[in-house]
Amino acid sequence: MTSPKREDRATALLIRGGRVIDPAAGLDTVHDVLIEQGKIARVGARLSAPQGAAVIEAADKWVCPGFIDMHVHLREPGHEYKETVATGTRAAAAGGFTAVCCMANTQPINDNRAVTDYIRAKAESEGVVRVYPIGAVTRGLEGKELAELAELAEAGCVAFSDDGHCVMNAELYRRAMEYTLPFGAPVISHAEDQMLSRGGCMNEGVVSTELGLAGIPAAAEDVMVARDVLLAELTGAHVHIAHVSTSGAVRLVREAKARGVRVTAEVTPHHLLLTEDAVRSWDANTKMAPPLRTRHDTEALIEALADGTIDCVATDHAPHALSEKEGEFDRAANGVVGLETAVALLLDRLVRPGLLSVATFVSRLSRDPARLLRLPGGSLGIGAPADLTLIDPDAALTVNPMDFKSKSRNTPFAGWSATGRPWKTIVGGTVVWEGS
Amino acid sequence: MGWTRKDLLTIRELEPAEILTLVDTAASLQEIAGREIKKVPALRGKTVVNLFYENSTRTRTSFEIAGKWLSADVINFSASASSAAKGESFVDTARNIAAMSPDVVVVRHSSSGAPALLARELTCAIVNAGDGAHEHPTQALLDLLTIREKKGHFEGLSVAIVGDIAHSRVARSNIHGMRKLGMTVTVAGPPTLIPPYAQELGCKVSYRLEDAIRDVDVIMMLRLQQERMHAGLIPSLREYSRYWGLTLDRLAAHARPDVLIMHPGPVNRGVELSPEVADGPYSVILDQVAKGVAVRMAVLLLLAGGRSGEAQ
Repeated sequence: MTSPKREDRATALLIRGGRVIDPAAGLDTVHDVLIEQGKIARVGARLSAPQGAAVIEAADKWVCPGFIDMHVHLREPGHEYKETVATGTRAAAAGGFTAVCCMANTQPINDNRAVTDYIRAKAESEGVVRVYPIGAVTRGLEGKELAELAELAEAGCVAFSDDGHCVMNAELYRRAMEYTLPFGAPVISHAEDQMLSRGGCMNEGVVSTELGLAGIPAAAEDVMVARDVLLAELTGAHVHIAHVSTSGAVRLVREAKARGVRVTAEVTPHHLLLTEDAVRSWDANTKMAPPLRTRHDTEALIEALADGTIDCVATDHAPHALSEKEGEFDRAANGVVGLETAVALLLDRLVRPGLLSVATFVSRLSRDPARLLRLPGGSLGIGAPADLTLIDPDAALTVNPMDFKSKSRNTPFAGWSATGRPWKTIVGGTVVWEGS
Repeated sequence: MGWTRKDLLTIRELEPAEILTLVDTAASLQEIAGREIKKVPALRGKTVVNLFYENSTRTRTSFEIAGKWLSADVINFSASASSAAKGESFVDTARNIAAMSPDVVVVRHSSSGAPALLARELTCAIVNAGDGAHEHPTQALLDLLTIREKKGHFEGLSVAIVGDIAHSRVARSNIHGMRKLGMTVTVAGPPTLIPPYAQELGCKVSYRLEDAIRDVDVIMMLRLQQERMHAGLIPSLREYSRYWGLTLDRLAAHARPDVLIMHPGPVNRGVELSPEVADGPYSVILDQVAKGVAVRMAVLLLLAGGRSGEAQ
């Protein structure tokens, strides 16, 4: 399931004197980490470097299990003008991510084994971080008939989602949940009632009324989260709610978890850090699905991320060309890039003010996504793949889209400053990116 | 108060004094319509581009006449006849027009916010001639001019705006303008045509025509678009007209005898207004249209760098 090409690197690597944060082991202390054969060999104090080992002096840096972004759009095949596996994985590495899960809405759509194989081959030959494809639930993302889910699972898809579309037919979605039960891979729900959201391009609320833009009510999301929680309960399947944006969805997930329903959830940095007020700029980089909501919602999301109701952060990295984002707001494409800004901005806006502990932050980006998708990684346990995210908590960053490794520049965070940012990204024991 | 803005994009962003400057300037320009030779040299050598991405008769004609009476060169550019039909993007079209160095671009667009994008992209003055369901500032200005002329003042007047508030840029611009000038506004219509959080715009909300029009100084009826019925927002035009149509009987029973009836046009006779009301003594609908030219002259004059005194 992994892309193992770097697993057997012979060179040993010693990361010396960093603050090692491994939530899986409850570890947060200054330690050394020794990597051999592409795996974690030892974690401890004052480890000696084997003969010929490379050494990274990591004093005052954080040494974390590699961050995993379980929701990105790499756009290849089909939309290479927006992003490719090569550029998207470089963006991931530069953002501190050692693995990404890519959604199925490519062209052709990843609803059959040939496309999964193609993406994995591209990742193998051109990618710099691990790439785990997510297969479509329905053929052509049309919501009409199931894709060949067993074969997709066999080909290496780690989850199933029609992301970008909601499977509106509850009966079909129920069958998808049942059919995929044996594969141990969740169904990821893009929870949006497409009748309630029809025509809308921003959150329905005070700002949409003022701007005269058609709104998407929070209920469009909540209705579907409620439905999918009930279907998860009916089928016993693991349903993962993508990009939760409303306080109502948070409440539904929290209640469902308390009842023991197998539901998990993710939240994006933009839904944590921005509100509908940003749309007043008319900048289409504030347009995405689900839309930016209200302060009431961002507060609920931050609280839910801290208390574990929301399991992980995922960026929903959605590259688009300038021409798709510079025009009229209601005609612009949905989505923003996120890989290269997520870590720094969350550190600065959530961890620094104490809204999220360091350990929780690291866990929500590494251990938790690994756990819910059953991916290798997410810990610094002995024998685990040597995927690590190294962070400089004191380095400053000002977001300049022209610096992005991504092919696209559609960020709502241009010009934002942050203290704390990725420092080095290590995949399978190899440094795949380092900051200047 | 003078005028310092590059563009006229919304009423919401204007100070009360700026609104009054526009209204006063328009009032002083009205007499040009009565002249034998309807031409003043104020904008000679200036170029005004009417960039219309949405059909409009009244507004486009009104801007065109306004520009011509001020001696500007007026170019009409409508989406169907232009490169928009060939797939050129809005921003590309805007850049191409900018390359021709106009002084003012008047833009009408079905997308809210399009004039704001243009204003960011172009160095010339931009006038919003209606964008989506956002704003239609010159319509509000001509409505305000009409109200002041008939009532003599703004402060303390009450207005009911009736109909499809949710999709109305006219309603939004008027709500902002009227509130800023000390008027109270009630919006009224079936709940499906009232936008969420309408109270946040600073107005009262009513779901009953009879209540909304009682004792107000001005009733502004909005056009009901047929699409609203197909979108499931109202059951039928017949039912809408039965409960929301303004008839002489309703006026006599509930409204003040000196109430003004306004409508931004075009009127659906027999739907929101009965013909007797549209053509009746309360109606100032044609005054509104006439004032449209004066208001647009004022806007062009202030934005294109002339001073109002030059036209006298």
